[in-house]
Amino acid sequence: MSMITLRDVSKTYGDFRVLSGCSTSVSKGEVVVVCGPSGSGKSTLIKTINGLEPIDSGNITVDGTAVSSPTTNLPLLRAKVGMVFQHFELFPHLNIRENLALAQIKVLKRPRDTALEKGAALLERVGLSAHAEKFPGQLSGGQQQRVAIARALAMDPIAMLFDEPTSALDPEMINEVLDVMVELARDGMTMMVVTHEMGFARKVANRVIFMDRGEIVEDADKNEFFGKPRSERAQQFLSKILVH
Amino acid sequence: MNYHWNWWIFFEPSLDGTNTYLTTLFWGLGWTAATAIVAFAIALVLGSIVGVARTAPIGWMQRAGTIFVEIFRNIPLLVQMFLWYFVLPEILPRDAGMWLKQLPNAQFYTAAVCLGFYHAARMAEVVRAGLLSLSRGQKMAGQALGLTLPQTYRYVLLPVAYRIVVPAITSEFLSCTKNTSVGIAIGLVELTGTARAMQENTFQVFEAFAAATVLYLALNMVIVFAMRAVEKSAVIPGLGNRVAGRGR
Amino acid sequence: MLSGFDFQTIVNALPYLFLTGMTFTLTLTLFATIGGMIFGTLLAVMRSSDNRILSGIAGGYVNLLRSLPLVLVIFWFYFLVPFLAQWLTGSSSPVRVDPFWSSVITFTLFEACYFCEIVRSGIQSLPRGQTLAASALGMTDRQALIYVILPQALRNMLPLILTQTIILFQDTSLVYVLSITDFLGAAAKIAQRDGRLLEMYVFAAFVYFVISLIASQAVKRLQKRVAIIR
Repeated sequence: MSMITLRDVSKTYGDFRVLSGCSTSVSKGEVVVVCGPSGSGKSTLIKTINGLEPIDSGNITVDGTAVSSPTTNLPLLRAKVGMVFQHFELFPHLNIRENLALAQIKVLKRPRDTALEKGAALLERVGLSAHAEKFPGQLSGGQQQRVAIARALAMDPIAMLFDEPTSALDPEMINEVLDVMVELARDGMTMMVVTHEMGFARKVANRVIFMDRGEIVEDADKNEFFGKPRSERAQQFLSKILVH
Repeated sequence: MNYHWNWWIFFEPSLDGTNTYLTTLFWGLGWTAATAIVAFAIALVLGSIVGVARTAPIGWMQRAGTIFVEIFRNIPLLVQMFLWYFVLPEILPRDAGMWLKQLPNAQFYTAAVCLGFYHAARMAEVVRAGLLSLSRGQKMAGQALGLTLPQTYRYVLLPVAYRIVVPAITSEFLSCTKNTSVGIAIGLVELTGTARAMQENTFQVFEAFAAATVLYLALNMVIVFAMRAVEKSAVIPGLGNRVAGRGR
Repeated sequence: MLSGFDFQTIVNALPYLFLTGMTFTLTLTLFATIGGMIFGTLLAVMRSSDNRILSGIAGGYVNLLRSLPLVLVIFWFYFLVPFLAQWLTGSSSPVRVDPFWSSVITFTLFEACYFCEIVRSGIQSLPRGQTLAASALGMTDRQALIYVILPQALRNMLPLILTQTIILFQDTSLVYVLSITDFLGAAAKIAQRDGRLLEMYVFAAFVYFVISLIASQAVKRLQKRVAIIR
């Protein structure tokens, strides 16, 4: 069963085509990694899925709901899809506990106690229970990103979107975040992940999508992709990032 | 509403008997502009000196600059106006005091000097912000070439600092122009004052203030365009327009 | 010169200066700050909105009032407020409004423009990711504004807001042009009654100076603390 479907999605900024004719789908429980050179449109693509980036043509459905239909209640849809950003985007004026609780209370209308309890449980899961009362600015980048993942999970999402979750991190902090993501994948979460971490892709991805210049150049099974990618561009890209 | 509009009032003779109200308003505009220009000239020169002093590596200069800024920033402009106009002649030696009191157009000179000092304190902060936004390497490079410290300021630091803070200087100039209206309290017949006099004599409140409003807006526009021209002519190719400091 | 400085005049005037004058000045400052912040934040939200009409109205209002001298604005509202009150109450003639409340309305409407610009730059200085993150969690635009954007914008701008309040405190002295008895008005009345201009104006300047200086030093200290937390 397909959880996320993109059909012929295109988008332009003025004269610049950021996305052209992108089609793919993600099934329930599947983990899909999206990679490609910078400026290839992968970050834009993932933001179209929860409607943070509007599209010019094509259509996107999430759990049977058409994202770009004007009648769709976007806040409702977004509450069901978790997203993790490159720069964490925790709310700096709220402590960690409040960061986890805010949307649960205001969007899902959960009672405050329930929200705090849920937040505490998730904080435990990402190994940061000791930091509940701290503010985002007092945590390391890796810790902030783990909190951001917990914040998204607190909404009980049906799928998770990750937009380069480790690329703003110092190298020694990348693994603590990837570990959380691997665990999440093994628990059966539907995930779409924009990343250059090929080790992560090898470990848990079902499929790999390779993008270049706004197009989906390759959309293949993991083993197939790492075995012998069909397109020359994907081969070149892989040789560049796998060398070191 | 029982208010009687009468837009023809502008063409009726004013109390001075010779000019129409419209003419008196333009005279008011003229005094506003003259006061603003003289005051801002003082503010630029004095403010630059104080701003430089506050960044200079000399203790007593920094302290003197700071004291100047704090005094003129923390007393309301209107109170400063009273101090210059009513108090200064009292504390000067008798002869100087008498001379001041009998000066023709005393209100104009007082308002211009008062506003000049008031805005000098604020210009000093603008200039200082501009100087502080330059990298320390600039100062060292100047001195490494054998320039003295004053020369380094004159030829290296200030020319760039001024360009960086042009937007803040513009807003200071606008603010200075608006503040000339405080001169009304010591009897300066600037634009707001003439509108006020017209209102008191004719009871045509809204016509008088509407005219003043339009003239202030026009004056603002002239200043903005003029400063934009200054900014354009001073652009250094390749140097980004960083904005430092902000004025009211 | 200082030998002629009559301290007794000041001492005798203290109760009137502070109980009548300074009380007026401080309550006016307080009311106008609160009113100006509320109305100014509203204007800032309107100006930042995608609705062209809303942002146009707010922008026009703010730019108009910021182009005019406060003295002229004080005169404008002094004569306008009675007509506004007549219109609001449906009275048959312009309503006389108490000078205090007339001043509160004037300063609220005027200072709101300056608070608006401060809050707006606070909103603009936040990274766009914050809005995106709030939307990604399913918040509506209004929820994102109330729970995520405004709390941060107001906090980041707190030193500027307080500095503006000190400016407002000094600006209230301009009600002198309406012969209202604020702190300066009280000093001026005694100065003229007793012929003691020197003493009263120097003392008034000293009091304004001390209050503004202490307040601005406190703001500076706060600014440093805020900078460390971030």
